[in-house]
Amino acid sequence: MEKEILGDGDRRNFLIKLTSVVGGAGVAATCVPFVASMNPSSDVLAKAETEVDISNIPPGGMHTVAWQGKPVFILHRTPEQIKAAGTSNGVSDPEPDSQRVKNPEWLVVIGVCTHMGCVPNKEGPGWVCHCHGSQFDDSGRVTRGPAPKNLEVPPYRFVAENKITIGKA
Amino acid sequence: MSNRITEWIDQRFPLTSFVKHELTGYPTPRNLSYWWNFGFLAGFVLVLQVATGIFLAMHYKADIALSFDSVQHIMRDVNYGWLLRYMHSTGASAFFLVIFIHMARTLYYGSFRAPRELLWWTGQGLLLLLMATAFMGYLLPWGQMSFWGATVITNLFRATPFIGDQVVVWLRGDYTVGDATLTRFFALHYLFPFLIIGAVAVHLVALHTVKSSNPSGINLADKDNIPFHPYFTAKDFFGLGVFLIVYSVFVFFMPDSLIEPANNIPANPMQTPNHIVPEWYFLPFYAILRSVPNMVGGVVAMGLSVMMFAFMPFLDRSRISGGAHFRPIYRLQFYLFLLDMLVLGYVGYVPPTSQTMLIGQIATLCYFGSFFLVPFISRAEERWLIRRGLPQGIITLMESEARDIEKRKLKQHLRKGGKHEPKFLS
Repeated sequence: MEKEILGDGDRRNFLIKLTSVVGGAGVAATCVPFVASMNPSSDVLAKAETEVDISNIPPGGMHTVAWQGKPVFILHRTPEQIKAAGTSNGVSDPEPDSQRVKNPEWLVVIGVCTHMGCVPNKEGPGWVCHCHGSQFDDSGRVTRGPAPKNLEVPPYRFVAENKITIGKA
Repeated sequence: MSNRITEWIDQRFPLTSFVKHELTGYPTPRNLSYWWNFGFLAGFVLVLQVATGIFLAMHYKADIALSFDSVQHIMRDVNYGWLLRYMHSTGASAFFLVIFIHMARTLYYGSFRAPRELLWWTGQGLLLLLMATAFMGYLLPWGQMSFWGATVITNLFRATPFIGDQVVVWLRGDYTVGDATLTRFFALHYLFPFLIIGAVAVHLVALHTVKSSNPSGINLADKDNIPFHPYFTAKDFFGLGVFLIVYSVFVFFMPDSLIEPANNIPANPMQTPNHIVPEWYFLPFYAILRSVPNMVGGVVAMGLSVMMFAFMPFLDRSRISGGAHFRPIYRLQFYLFLLDMLVLGYVGYVPPTSQTMLIGQIATLCYFGSFFLVPFISRAEERWLIRRGLPQGIITLMESEARDIEKRKLKQHLRKGGKHEPKFLS
């Protein structure tokens, strides 16, 4: 009787497969904390919100503030700039200006080129990225490649007339 | 006394036979030229980088508030710190120079062909490890170029389907390249050389199985092999002397020529330098990245451009031995490819204008085109060469090799027959 059980090949193969699967699942589960440890830590996550006082930015002026370690451009647009931004919808990634601002006077965009992550410079109307030559208009929309997308608008809200919080809409 | 010690060891560990088989008595083709020095040189530079790197790590601090200053501390205050640092930074360039020549020799003489495909592929793996190590090491001084180089390259992983953004954040451990990134790059920059040493061991086991190729491109008969020592130890050490002269000129007289001036400015996440360039050894691949207008396409093209070499054993269909030496069209193609690499390097170095973009795009097409044309050209060339008649030298070599194979087969046959005899009798 015992001999028959020991000689049962199917039973043996099943047990080998089962052991391999359980062992493999164990190894995979052990990998989780190692992989997760490389994700942003709590102190990095705590940088998620930034409050900015925008009262001292003159019309036509721009301030750069750090949010999550990334530069955020806050542009106080003049009526001419608002008008110019409203005339077109952008070229490669069409989007109306009205959808990119909460208050047409204030443009808030992440100052990171959507191509390779360089910081564009304010030059003439809009921005120019010197890494690979992308250009953006005064609504942060790409007007010349290689950037595939418009400058990202971060989640933000006006907490007072002259104060915004970036990080939470 | 020493004899008795070796004897004691040999009974427990195959020391003498290992040294004899794999080092001193290792059979090496007698016709190897100086182009065969570069494998040894690469091993030497690896040791140099590990040695200088470990001593630098004793003074370096992997923290964004301290790292830039700690490099200045090494340069000014640490005894001979300047020397260690310049040896290490120059060594990185020397490593790539030696490896590129090593690869060019393999391509020229067709050393990647059967039976050396696995040897070539382990070498391709080593190239990837070397690139990753160099890239991570470049972040450590925490200068402007370090920071923006790492930003651009980690950004490439945004091209990962579906989870691109998460992958980039995971790689950096932050939303931008930051303290977490610097610390992990330091940890991995310390780890990877040891992976490289492991991969070199695999590379050498493969080499010692198939043995070195040689300029004739024909597997030589045993009689044409000579022991590695003293013939090639002497030849390798002479080459090492020449290498060390060139290396020392850079280390002592122009160490800054290989360091971008912008890297003497501490990293500033709010300001990108007007012109960012990678290290010279990444320029051709960087040019390919920039030449493709589509971002994902550019990343894929750049990855492929590094991996194209691995396909060579499949692409080269010619049965004419000796690589470019006996193949005039392949030789021409080889030199055009080198020229194309130089053009790409130039395009990768200069700021992008519409003119250099165009040159880059043409050079990128030529780069991939030269790989895709290899199967067709090599076949046509083979037909042409056979019709024209092979050179006398190669015919003699092929005949001698054929005779040797026959002899070996005969020997094997006799040995097998000998083994089978007792069975017959019983």
